[in-house]
Amino acid sequence: MKVEEKLALNAIKNDTKSHILLDQSICAACKERMCIAVCPAHLYSFNEETGEMVVEYAGCLECGTCMIACIYGSITWDYPGGEFGVQYRYG
Amino acid sequence: MDKIDAIVVGGGLAGLSAAYRLADAGRQVILLERGDAPGSKNVTGGRVYVDPIRPYLPGIIDSAPFERHVVREMITVLDEGSALQFEYGNERWKKEPFMSHTVLRAKLDGWLAEQATAKGAFIIPRKKVDELLYEDGQVAGIRSGTEEIGAHVVIAADGALSFLTQKAGLRQPHRPENLAVAVKEIYQLDEKTIEERFGLGPDEGLAGLFMGSVTRGMFGGGFLYTNRDTLSVGLVVGIDSLIHGAGDIDAPGLMEGFTGRPEVERWIRGGELREYSAHVISEAGIGAAPKLYRGGMLVAGDAAGFALNLGLTVRGMEFAIASGVMAADTAVLALNENDLSENSLSRYEKRLRESFVLPDMETFRHSREVLDRRRFFTVYPRFMCELFDELFTVGDRPKEGLYKTAKRVAKKYVLNMETLKDLLAARRL
Repeated sequence: MKVEEKLALNAIKNDTKSHILLDQSICAACKERMCIAVCPAHLYSFNEETGEMVVEYAGCLECGTCMIACIYGSITWDYPGGEFGVQYRYG
Repeated sequence: MDKIDAIVVGGGLAGLSAAYRLADAGRQVILLERGDAPGSKNVTGGRVYVDPIRPYLPGIIDSAPFERHVVREMITVLDEGSALQFEYGNERWKKEPFMSHTVLRAKLDGWLAEQATAKGAFIIPRKKVDELLYEDGQVAGIRSGTEEIGAHVVIAADGALSFLTQKAGLRQPHRPENLAVAVKEIYQLDEKTIEERFGLGPDEGLAGLFMGSVTRGMFGGGFLYTNRDTLSVGLVVGIDSLIHGAGDIDAPGLMEGFTGRPEVERWIRGGELREYSAHVISEAGIGAAPKLYRGGMLVAGDAAGFALNLGLTVRGMEFAIASGVMAADTAVLALNENDLSENSLSRYEKRLRESFVLPDMETFRHSREVLDRRRFFTVYPRFMCELFDELFTVGDRPKEGLYKTAKRVAKKYVLNMETLKDLLAARRL
C-alpha cells in the first residue's frame, strides 16, 4: 500500500496554513535533502521545475523527525494549532 | 496577574498523572491538551509494565483499560531471506498480578483523563500552548494564542519534542543522534483470529521484537503487540542512522519492507489497516536529558527525556506516570509552603533519584552507545541465521560435524577482535 493511501486512513483536520515552513535559501544549498528520506509520511519532495523544496503539510503525522534531521536549520516547525492536525484514534 | 495553582501542558500519561495527583490533593489544576482529547496526539509501541507504576496511581491502575496481558515474548532475528525466531513464555505470567499489558493510547489516556476530571482537574482540549509567561525570572503561566493564564507552577509534559523546555532554557535543541523515529500501523483483526493465530487464551497477549535486516543495518528494530482486536506493528530507527545510512531507502519504504517480510506478514495477514502513525522517541538516555526544573516550572515524562531502550525492553510510560506524580507531589509541597522557587522545586529531582526513574536512567546511561554498534544489526543477525542455516541444511555432500560447522561459521563472523570490542562495550549495558 502506498503511503498516501495509509495517510488517507488517518483522522486529520487540516489547517489552511502550513505549520511547517522552509527556508528555500538554505534548501537550495542542501545536497543531502534528508527530509525526503526521514519523513514517515513522505511529505517532502523537490520540485525540479521551480528548483524548490515542497512540503505537503496536510498529511503530517506530527512526529517532528524532519525538523530534527535538518541540521542546517531550514525547517521551522510548530505543532498545528489546537483543533487541527492528526487525531489518533488508536495511538 | 491572577494565578491558579497549577497548569499542566500536555495530556499524555505524565501530564494526566500530574493533573490527577494535583486535583487529588485539592489543588486547582488546568491541563491544556492540543488534540481533540487527551491521547489523540499520542503514540505508543506499546506495552506498559504495571509494577513500577502501581504505587503512583494506587487504587486505579488495575481498572485501566489495558488490551491484553503479555504472556509470551517473541524474538525474530532476520537476515535477507531467512529468519530465526524464538519465544520465551512463563506460566507465571498467565496469573495475576500480571507484569505487563499491551495498550493503545487513545483509550488509556482517555481513561486517565476521566479519572483526573473526576478528582476535579479541568482538562481543556484543542489548546496549544505557545509561550511561557515569566515574572521576576520565574515561570508564571502560559500563553495560548492571545489567551494568557497565570499559574504558580507550570508542569511541562509536552512530549518528546517539548518546545517548552527549550523555550525555558532547560535543554539544547534536539540532535538527530539523540532521537529515534517510530512508525506504527494498526491492523484490525477479530479477537478469535488473534488468539488462534498467536496461540493465546482470552485476554492473553504477545509482545514481538524484530531485529536485523529489517532496519538495513541501521540502529533500531521492529515490534508487534497483540491488542484486543487489533495488532500494533511498527519500526523504530535512529534519526541519525536514517540520515547517514539510508541510501536508497526512505522511512515509508523501510516500513513497507518490514510489513512485507513473510515473518511479519504472516501475523497481520487479513488484517485491515486502520491507522498509520509516527512519533519520536528519546534514545539518548540521561545524557541528553534537560534540566528538570526552574523557578515555577517542572518537566515530566518524554519532555524530560525519560525513555529507555534496552533492546529487549523499551520503556517510557512507567517513567511518564511516575515522574508526573512526583512533579505533582513536589508542586503540592511547594504550593503549601508558598515557595515555588528553583530551590524549592529542586526537590523534584531528589524524589526522582529516590524512585526508580533516575536510578534506571543512570544504570542504563550507556545503553544507546552500546546498542548503537552497527554489528548488532548486521553481523550478529547474519551469523545467527547462517549458523542455523548450515546446521539444518542437508546437501549432496557428506555432512560436516556439527561442532566443526559451528566453529567455521563463528570464525567467519564472530571470532575476531571486533566481537571482542563489542563484548567489552556490552559490559556497560
